[in-house]
Amino acid sequence: MNAEDLKYLESHEWVSVAQQNGQQIATIGISAFAVEQLGDIVHMELPSVGDSVTAGEEFGEVESVKAVSSMYSPVNGEVVEVHSAIVDDLSVLSDDPYEKGWLLKVKVDSLSDGLLDYATYKKQCESH
Amino acid sequence: MQKTPLTDWHAAHGGKMVDFAGWSMPVQYDSIMAEHAAVRCQAGLFDVSHMGRLRFASAAAESVLEGLTTRKIAGTPLGKIRYSLMCNEHGGILDDVLVYRLRELDGGDKFWMVVNASNREKIIAWLQRHDPNNQAGLEDRTFATAMIAVQGPLAVPLVHEMLGADIAGMGYYTGQFVEYRGYPLLVSRTGYTGEDGVELIAPSENAVSLWESILEKGAMAGFRPAGLGARDTLRLEAAMPLYGHELSEELNPAHADLGFAINLKDRQFVGRDAIVAAQNGTGIRRRVGLELEGRRPAREHCPVMMDGQVVGMVTSGTFAPTLQKPIAMAYIDPAYAEVGRLVEVDIRGKLHPATVVKLPFYSRP
Repeated sequence: MNAEDLKYLESHEWVSVAQQNGQQIATIGISAFAVEQLGDIVHMELPSVGDSVTAGEEFGEVESVKAVSSMYSPVNGEVVEVHSAIVDDLSVLSDDPYEKGWLLKVKVDSLSDGLLDYATYKKQCESH
Repeated sequence: MQKTPLTDWHAAHGGKMVDFAGWSMPVQYDSIMAEHAAVRCQAGLFDVSHMGRLRFASAAAESVLEGLTTRKIAGTPLGKIRYSLMCNEHGGILDDVLVYRLRELDGGDKFWMVVNASNREKIIAWLQRHDPNNQAGLEDRTFATAMIAVQGPLAVPLVHEMLGADIAGMGYYTGQFVEYRGYPLLVSRTGYTGEDGVELIAPSENAVSLWESILEKGAMAGFRPAGLGARDTLRLEAAMPLYGHELSEELNPAHADLGFAINLKDRQFVGRDAIVAAQNGTGIRRRVGLELEGRRPAREHCPVMMDGQVVGMVTSGTFAPTLQKPIAMAYIDPAYAEVGRLVEVDIRGKLHPATVVKLPFYSRP
């Protein structure tokens, strides 16, 4: 996926929504900027399949050597797939955050109303 | 925010700057892991100029400090450095400090003290309260000087050669002034990383050239600048206490396994009675090391659990770069403190198995 085609939360999660078998499925991850800022990521806590996630609320945690940060959901819905193997190879987060670095797939009930397009998100990161 | 003489250098060389105790300091340059590894295997340079540096111009400093420190300061031999705590009347720890007795370049015999950045103003006020006429001749040298830690197995040989002074022959926790490029440079065999190394105190105006000279001379050998992030992971692997985490005003040193920093015999100092009372009382806690299973680090304030009961509290925790596993220091009930004991740590609602291990987690080979 191209960074330009994704939507973002201010808190640095990305989301891409696609139709699959008549359902809206969101793929969720964290942005290259977030990965770079966190540095030295050592662990992630992710939800389980069947958990529900709420837009703007925490769905998991990312641990860097320095500190723990929360990750927030860009959608309301139910988790249908979790990239649990990522915990064993966190380098994919920096190598390929928008493809192999995906974290969750969620069956979407609705989207957050705080989603930013790439240009707006990029501007926010640059003013950081 | 306060700037050290090196703050602009850090910002210009990729330092990620943060506010630390009111100072603009680099938390890292590119990677904490890489900076940590450099200190363990080659050497790293730390700007620690935010720490408070106090000089005492008068000989009366010896008795003033003796009345305020948990370690015996009176009779400290010239050139020797002592780690001590300063406590209030209730035994609460005001700060942990280094007290130096040094021969200055003009031959004078002076006490110096290095205190934590976050406690500098508090300690100065405390000294003034107990020595209202400034018999000790206290001067705050924090802004007139810079402090650079050079830490790692290659640090001492390089500084030895660069200064043309006998640094390699100095004992651990000793210090001396040397003249370098015409200015007085205080060199001490101290550090906060668990590695061999030195800390250097130079006049502010010489800080950047000193820093760059060491980096340049050490570049081929893998020397690199390191930030506060690596400083924290290094000190934690070495099980060194950090004020605000393992030490605080709410903590009596007798409750915190800090006997090594207390000399009671034939001495009077502020806090002594409260420490003695606490030693004979209840509520003693032991400072222990914990190794956690998995990769999720426990952080400060995570409860240590046993059979559903809280038996202790994590004071510092991280993912240890050298050991490649999560480690933590905690204060726990002595009944659960023996090495090898299995406990659980509650990390934000989820229990994780952990083992009590011997401190330090890491000792240099």
